[in-house]
Amino acid sequence: MARLGLMAVPVAFFAVFFAWPVAAIVTRGLRIDGVWQLGRLSDVLTQPDIRHVLWFTTWQALASTALTLLVALPGAYVFARLDFPGKQILRAVVTVPFVLPTVVVGTAFLALVGRGGLLDELWGVRLDTTVWAILLAHVFFNYAVVVRTVGGLWSQLDPRQEEAARMLGASRLAAWRTVTLPALAPAVAAAALMVFLFTFTSFGVVQILGGPTFSTLEVEIYRQTSEIFDLSTAAVLTLIQFLAVGAVLALHAWTVRRRESALRLVDASVTARRPRGAGEWSLLGGVVVCVAVLLLLPLAVLVQRSLDAPDFGYYRALTHSDGGVFLVAPIEAIGNSLEYALAATAIAVVIGGLAAAALTRRDAGGFVRGFDALLMLPLGVSAVTVGFGFLISLDEPPLDLRQSWILVPLAQALVGVPFVVRTMLPVLRAVDHRLREAAAVLGASPWRVWREVDLPMVRRALLIAAGFAFAVSLGEFGATVFIARPDNPTLPVAVARLLGRAGDLNYGQAMALSTILMVVCAVALLVLERLRTDRTGEF
Amino acid sequence: MLLSLEDATVRFGGRAVLDGVGLDVAEHGIVCVLGPSGSGKSTLLRAVAGLQPLDGGRVLLDGRDQAGVPAHRRGVGLMFQDHQLFPQRDVGANVAFGLRMHGASRQQQDERVRELLDLVGLPGAGRRAVAALSGGEQQRVALARALAPRPRLLMLDEPLGQLDRSLRERLVVELRELFGRLGTTVLAVTHDQGEAFALADRVVVMRDGRIAQSGTPLEVWQRPADEFVARFLGFENVVEGLVGGEAAETPWGKVPVPVGAAQGVRSVLVRPAGVRLVPVHEGLPCAVVARTFKGTHVAVHLQPADGGPRLEAACALREAPEVGDVVGVEFDAAEIVVLG
Repeated sequence: MARLGLMAVPVAFFAVFFAWPVAAIVTRGLRIDGVWQLGRLSDVLTQPDIRHVLWFTTWQALASTALTLLVALPGAYVFARLDFPGKQILRAVVTVPFVLPTVVVGTAFLALVGRGGLLDELWGVRLDTTVWAILLAHVFFNYAVVVRTVGGLWSQLDPRQEEAARMLGASRLAAWRTVTLPALAPAVAAAALMVFLFTFTSFGVVQILGGPTFSTLEVEIYRQTSEIFDLSTAAVLTLIQFLAVGAVLALHAWTVRRRESALRLVDASVTARRPRGAGEWSLLGGVVVCVAVLLLLPLAVLVQRSLDAPDFGYYRALTHSDGGVFLVAPIEAIGNSLEYALAATAIAVVIGGLAAAALTRRDAGGFVRGFDALLMLPLGVSAVTVGFGFLISLDEPPLDLRQSWILVPLAQALVGVPFVVRTMLPVLRAVDHRLREAAAVLGASPWRVWREVDLPMVRRALLIAAGFAFAVSLGEFGATVFIARPDNPTLPVAVARLLGRAGDLNYGQAMALSTILMVVCAVALLVLERLRTDRTGEF
Repeated sequence: MLLSLEDATVRFGGRAVLDGVGLDVAEHGIVCVLGPSGSGKSTLLRAVAGLQPLDGGRVLLDGRDQAGVPAHRRGVGLMFQDHQLFPQRDVGANVAFGLRMHGASRQQQDERVRELLDLVGLPGAGRRAVAALSGGEQQRVALARALAPRPRLLMLDEPLGQLDRSLRERLVVELRELFGRLGTTVLAVTHDQGEAFALADRVVVMRDGRIAQSGTPLEVWQRPADEFVARFLGFENVVEGLVGGEAAETPWGKVPVPVGAAQGVRSVLVRPAGVRLVPVHEGLPCAVVARTFKGTHVAVHLQPADGGPRLEAACALREAPEVGDVVGVEFDAAEIVVLG
């Protein structure tokens, strides 16, 4: 009974703010004049431009995933097995991009490879009209996903397993191939699927760097909704994306289960050692250069561009309203963003915390485990789906939230909850269940047990989860762009609006606002890094 | 009766882990459940504690059915096998935990914690970190923590399981003394017969979720109920024999049995002390295949020449034959038990 009590709030939340909007999308897409028309699916799918979008979405996701693995796997090895001065700093630097808003990343790459960008100035090279800008930005984003997922496991694999193989006559390569690689493979697969998911549903990056040529499903859904006003086609596209993401998530859940199979794990601190020989030193050097060029350079250029005008001109311009696209001064977006993000964090922590607590209970049955997978859906089911769903389902009684400020935090919380659950669950599950029993036998009620046993152990994880939810909410773009009111833009929405207009001043202001957003997110992350112990959650 | 189990049954996926168990523990009694791992003894404790719901039967405390009473309201204490001390609290806070849950004042807590730490031989250890304790010290803290709220019944799950032998033997005497002094009612489970016999007023032997035998340590030791109990207690000389009158036909030949033994085909137990070595032509001829020094005596393993099952004999140190010797064997009716 207690379990059902815990579950009630998250279930209700997901029913109203996820299932209901999705149902609304399905109805909008496939039900015309009160009749179900499944033929709509094939109608939309046979349109040449839609097929082109589908094809591009898939192949750019595959290419991004392959490229990310290629670049990030050596990094995973270096972080897992080598010990070198400045490792902690480098690790933090690598993680920053993951929490940066897509809009910031798009802007940064625009400053690097776009018109009038650094490469344009130096060598007259422009990549913003090619797919390379998108691919590079995707690598930038997902480098940390691979390094964290694969490197995290790699650092805990017992090196003595490889040594045992060596003693039995295997060469270094053979030992790696037969012992380490099979142990690592499920983690690599899980990371690859995550990257595929993130890039398949990429919105902000493609919106900014793709120009008119390149469009992913997400961008197309947004275009159909806000430019062509063809809600029914948008709904069908959302459904297609929903199915694709569901399939990838199911595959991911399966690989994660396999990863949890019996591996000999040891404390990560004992497996790393000083690099030996020219090979390992040059590998380390390569990774450092790669991080510098791919991760640091775009951000540095972004900051530099934002300072291009004399006397912080672009920053000062942010304080004025031009009465055009902006009803208010762009700088007010900072306040909006912080307010929304705080509210969203509170919601996400409560909902995610309750769900994680319910999922930890030992007597969790099939229904609860199914809910575990369901909680992950918003993570992949793309922000645009959430935003679009909110737009068409929460606009009439009994739930008319169109005019309410809570709409934006609700959408952002929905995107943040999976992060909270993923961060809390491993920690909660690591608490020995008999400790709870010991407390119960000593007279602690279930609520008391949670407060006295669980809470002290997960307090740190809870803070980290809150931080992640905050960073995610702050940078959330896909859902917010649908539902933020024109007079209350968030930072990412304001950046996108500035970029959408011509003129150096707008461009410079976008750079300045992006820099502010980047600094806020980076600070949030660095605070988290100080809190984080070695193995807290998946992210 | 303070605790009564009536027909208690617990099933894990169709398999009965507790199968119609009936058990009584009187106030101030110390009952020890003895059995191999997997016999259901830990499940028994968890069922009494309210951590494991019953699939059938009842648990009564002071005559009241405990169905629907959650673990934290049963007023029983449980000391876990690996102690389960709360790692982020110090020793004092661990001991005070149950008192806090029962709403004791700060001053009452401090007093009781001091009293208990003195009692378990760790005076002044209140501020120490749990991680810094040795195995024996952890065990003492766990005991103090379980005793602190004055549970009406204290349950111990393999209380000395993880300690080394000499410490175990010392602690078991301390525990028995302590429980006697405090008048604590105790239900303990263990797989170690020595521990059970040293600790308990009454021993309950479990097998596959059922009670195989129950009685005082002396009764169980002297008259094991069946071959399983006899072998679990460490007796190796158990064979099937046809009992007629005051003798039994066994693979070792004609063996005398006590007056009034059950008749017919029975399991016959010969204690090692009842296997007497005599010159080879005066008894059953056997070859000595191994000898193990046991401190007070030597266990001699004998292989009968005509191919019957091996015999274990207990010999005084000076009289023990060497490996390879051939000796004769006689049986002493006083050390022979016809099992049920």
